[in-house]
Amino acid sequence: MDITVNILLTIATAATPLLIAAIGELVVERSGVLNLGVEGMMIMGAVGGFGAGYLTGSPWIGLLAAIIVGALFSLLFAVMTLSLATNQVATGLSLTLLGLGLSGMIGTTFVGQPGVRLPNLDIPGISSIPVVGKLIFGQDPVFYISIALTAAVMWFLFRTRTGLTLRSIGDSHTSAHALGIKVIRYRYLAVIFGGACAGLAGGHLSLVYTPQWVENMSAGRGWIALALVVFASWRPWRVLAGAYIFGAVWIGQLHAQAFGIPVPSQFLSSLPYLATIVVLVLISRNKRLTMMNTPASLGQPFVPDR
Amino acid sequence: MRIELVKRPQRSALFSILSPFIAFALTIIAGAIMFALLGVNPLNAFEIYFVEPISQVWQLHELAIKAAPLILIAVGLSVCYKANIWNIGAEGQFIFGAIFGSIIPVLFPQFEGPLVIPLMLLLGMVGGALYASIPAFLKTRFSTNEILTSLMLVYVAQLFLDWLVRGPWRDPQGHGFPQTIQFGDSAVLPELMPDAGRANWGFVFALVAAVAIWLMMSRTLKGFEVRVLGSSPRAGRFAGFGFNRMVFFTFLLSGALAGLAGISEVSGAIGQLQPVISPGYGFTAIIVAFLGRLNPLGIVAAGLVLALTYLGGEAVQSALGISDKVARVFQGMLLFFVLGCDTLIHYRIRLIGMALVKPNGAKLEAAPKLEEAR
Repeated sequence: MDITVNILLTIATAATPLLIAAIGELVVERSGVLNLGVEGMMIMGAVGGFGAGYLTGSPWIGLLAAIIVGALFSLLFAVMTLSLATNQVATGLSLTLLGLGLSGMIGTTFVGQPGVRLPNLDIPGISSIPVVGKLIFGQDPVFYISIALTAAVMWFLFRTRTGLTLRSIGDSHTSAHALGIKVIRYRYLAVIFGGACAGLAGGHLSLVYTPQWVENMSAGRGWIALALVVFASWRPWRVLAGAYIFGAVWIGQLHAQAFGIPVPSQFLSSLPYLATIVVLVLISRNKRLTMMNTPASLGQPFVPDR
Repeated sequence: MRIELVKRPQRSALFSILSPFIAFALTIIAGAIMFALLGVNPLNAFEIYFVEPISQVWQLHELAIKAAPLILIAVGLSVCYKANIWNIGAEGQFIFGAIFGSIIPVLFPQFEGPLVIPLMLLLGMVGGALYASIPAFLKTRFSTNEILTSLMLVYVAQLFLDWLVRGPWRDPQGHGFPQTIQFGDSAVLPELMPDAGRANWGFVFALVAAVAIWLMMSRTLKGFEVRVLGSSPRAGRFAGFGFNRMVFFTFLLSGALAGLAGISEVSGAIGQLQPVISPGYGFTAIIVAFLGRLNPLGIVAAGLVLALTYLGGEAVQSALGISDKVARVFQGMLLFFVLGCDTLIHYRIRLIGMALVKPNGAKLEAAPKLEEAR
């Protein structure tokens, strides 16, 4: 029983950063913007979060810093693609490349330093209840944030007027503009929200998952988050499901390595990436479904005519 | 303050030439600020970064060694990007080219002679092209997003190489180091001018590839097809150009060139397989392609510039104790500024100021001159 609970807990920990980053990117893509810089924003959040936590000694300040760093870094992408109408694919790629380089440079002084870890929730008497207590009341704070965030985004996108407006911009920015909606302003806010989420996901990596700084520690999670959004066909609850499936794959291969299964560890390590490809193929086979759900103006630059 | 874009009636010829230079100048300014923040005199740092690494002949050879894979890969990628097809997994295709090409020197070291190198190069191209055919197949057959699949395959290729050199291909006499045997003499790419420096034939391949692709893009129907499908897929379909064939063509071509770069690097510069054989050439080449304006001849110049950022990164690390990651930062900034400056080709940029309030209370538009000029 204890082993099962522990495995479930580690799956939740592995799924949380994927979920947060993917939910953020989902909002961005629903507004019609494709930001391929998730990996870069995530790693910047990780290094910013670790740095602030290490210097102040407070993991909470670290988490806050991770969010702010991610949001600021995404602002760079927003200015380029929204104000200067650059190619979104190329700009997103350059955001990732810049983020990987910048984080490596900032992080050189942090390598090998002890980090601080966000404490798990601990409600006296309740968190010690077997199974349920640990699973529901004993996880790290970011886990609860991720679940709340998913619910909030679902409610926002499908139950509020602003959410409807955001989705309409993603489907046709020219019509939205003709109706007098401030397309660029909405997209700025969406991109910054996505950046804050990616930063938070990175902060989770360096303040909860492995409380230390390792170069390139995001290890492709930002790209997997991007794939999750496609996999989920832009629906929040499917992102939740997808993130936990990927969390399970990630943890599964780690456990398989620990159990000494006679398969080279490198093959097991490549499973999450191969799984991403398989999942993408499965979901994109159904062209009609994909076409129906993809925000129609995704990735297209928009320059308002006056 | 607000930025407003005004569409130009036609693309500006002036800015399509100037934009890479403006971008480079902006990168230098941003770099100066960065060095100042790091507590280093920017002028001093720039001399170490951009001038010292190319002040002697043997250093120019090092520059050519670094530029060769960048140019080879970027030239292939430029064809993809012109066709609006996004292969960003060149790093993986580079690795598979290196692995395929190394089959001969690692598994058949007794096989020697003048045929070895051509065969290795050929195998390298086959390896890169095969690995690139996976995302191409998935895109054409299942319309799977090629950006994500080609990128995921980079991680898989890195892990596969890691397994090879720690497992079946490890040098039994290597004292347990994760590396293959040293390639034999006939499996090493010859140096161009052994007396002057280390530069090898890889650089020649890069120049030949650049000229060949330039001819293809500007003088052949295939090049025309690429450009039409890239700028207007609908027009391309009406002209009878197959999109799926184009996906395969661009992926196989860029994969083969990345594979050639991989085997040239391993056979020429390294001399054996190791767990890590590339300082991110496949990704830096994306920057090279854009900095060269997706034009093969521009890419040669851009490749040399980006190669210099690698050498400069190593130089400031040893001279000033700054992390060589500074090279990555320079490369990223350069791409950012290039993309931003490219906007100037198609748009005029106007800054709209907030309405200023004069002391006497009269409102004054911040940019009345510009308003009239329109």
